[in-house]
Amino acid sequence: MNCELAETTIHGYFDGELDAVRSAEFERHLEHCPQCQAALERVDSLRVQLQQNDLHEHASPELREKIRKQFAQEISITPTLAWKKWFLLPAFGTLAAAAALITIMLVAIPSHREATLTAELIDAHVRSLQPGHLFDVQSTDQHTVKPWFDGKLDFIPPVADYAAQGFPLVGGRLDVVDGHNVAALVYARRKHFINVFVWPNREKKTVADTSGSRQGYSWVAGQSGDMQIYLISDVAPSDLRELKGLIRP
Amino acid sequence: MLDPQDRIRFEQLVLPHLDSAVNLARWILRNRADSDDVVQDATLRAYRFFGQFHGGDARAWLLQIVRNTCYTWLQKNRPSELTTEFDEEVHQKPSPNPETLATQADERQRLMSALESLSPRFREVLVLRELEGCSYKEIGEITGIPIGTVMSTLSRARERLRQTLTGVPGAAVKEVS
Repeated sequence: MNCELAETTIHGYFDGELDAVRSAEFERHLEHCPQCQAALERVDSLRVQLQQNDLHEHASPELREKIRKQFAQEISITPTLAWKKWFLLPAFGTLAAAAALITIMLVAIPSHREATLTAELIDAHVRSLQPGHLFDVQSTDQHTVKPWFDGKLDFIPPVADYAAQGFPLVGGRLDVVDGHNVAALVYARRKHFINVFVWPNREKKTVADTSGSRQGYSWVAGQSGDMQIYLISDVAPSDLRELKGLIRP
Repeated sequence: MLDPQDRIRFEQLVLPHLDSAVNLARWILRNRADSDDVVQDATLRAYRFFGQFHGGDARAWLLQIVRNTCYTWLQKNRPSELTTEFDEEVHQKPSPNPETLATQADERQRLMSALESLSPRFREVLVLRELEGCSYKEIGEITGIPIGTVMSTLSRARERLRQTLTGVPGAAVKEVS
């Protein structure tokens, strides 16, 4: 005699997929059906065999690293990345060459629109949040961060720590925006990071204050002394305005 | 390109299931090197399609993409495997000498070759159920098998694996659903 349930219901029962009523029904049947009892033992011993022999494969660190890199590339398919990589080459001594290039780009690149600039800065902000990309110099000390920029930029960014006001300085790095080297200062706000991008106002006319948000990020931009500053983060816009108000040329 | 918040969500929701992705791909493709390539490709696809993920079971969602990528890969590179019901070449007959004591390593090898001799459709449900602990609903989502037939597919796959392991000819078990 063949018990049909030994080939069907037994699996649902064993896998815990029967509802309470059917499960109880099947248990009553099981008590009197040697075939189902044997089948239950078989599926159970098969599971034990499969689970106790280390058959589960795991992702290797190499694969994880490959995937991480792949995303990093995918995220930054913007022309600026190529420039950024170029500028971050150890052979930074060739600043003169870089400066020459900037000049060429200034002529070659058509004047940017505000929207493109914002998109580019948001990209730069997002890129900076990738592991290992946030700072070139990590320090809460403005007297460490400020000298670090010496010789790397043709301007002196305003670097100060505002820890007392709730915006501790955490570091800085070079970034490239619209073909220009810019200073990126990183401040923390609770558990979030704020990127403050700074570059000289080259247009010789006052930059109007603007602000807005996009893709969940907010920005506040304006002029500080003869510098253009651009604050981007996922914190509240009011926090950004507060920090911007603190920054003195 | 994803917006930044989606990217963070992707990293938090999907990437933790990379082990499961590698495990499924390795067992469908029966080869570690190929499965790493396929998983890399599949995660990139998942990343690009992430906008279409509207919450729910992130592991099942990723595994579905991994599985589809595996089958596309097989179709292209080893199409015969998709139609083979039972692979005699891979299947090792049980040791002819019953007195030989099987070591743990032998046991593992025997299980691996038995699993690998099954058709990919049987193999995947076994791996998802026994190694990944997926529910029938999840198995249905990942493999596209109607939920009503997950149990019977699993039943046939288990029976076939058991017969392969014990050396009983498996002709009685057909894959057709």
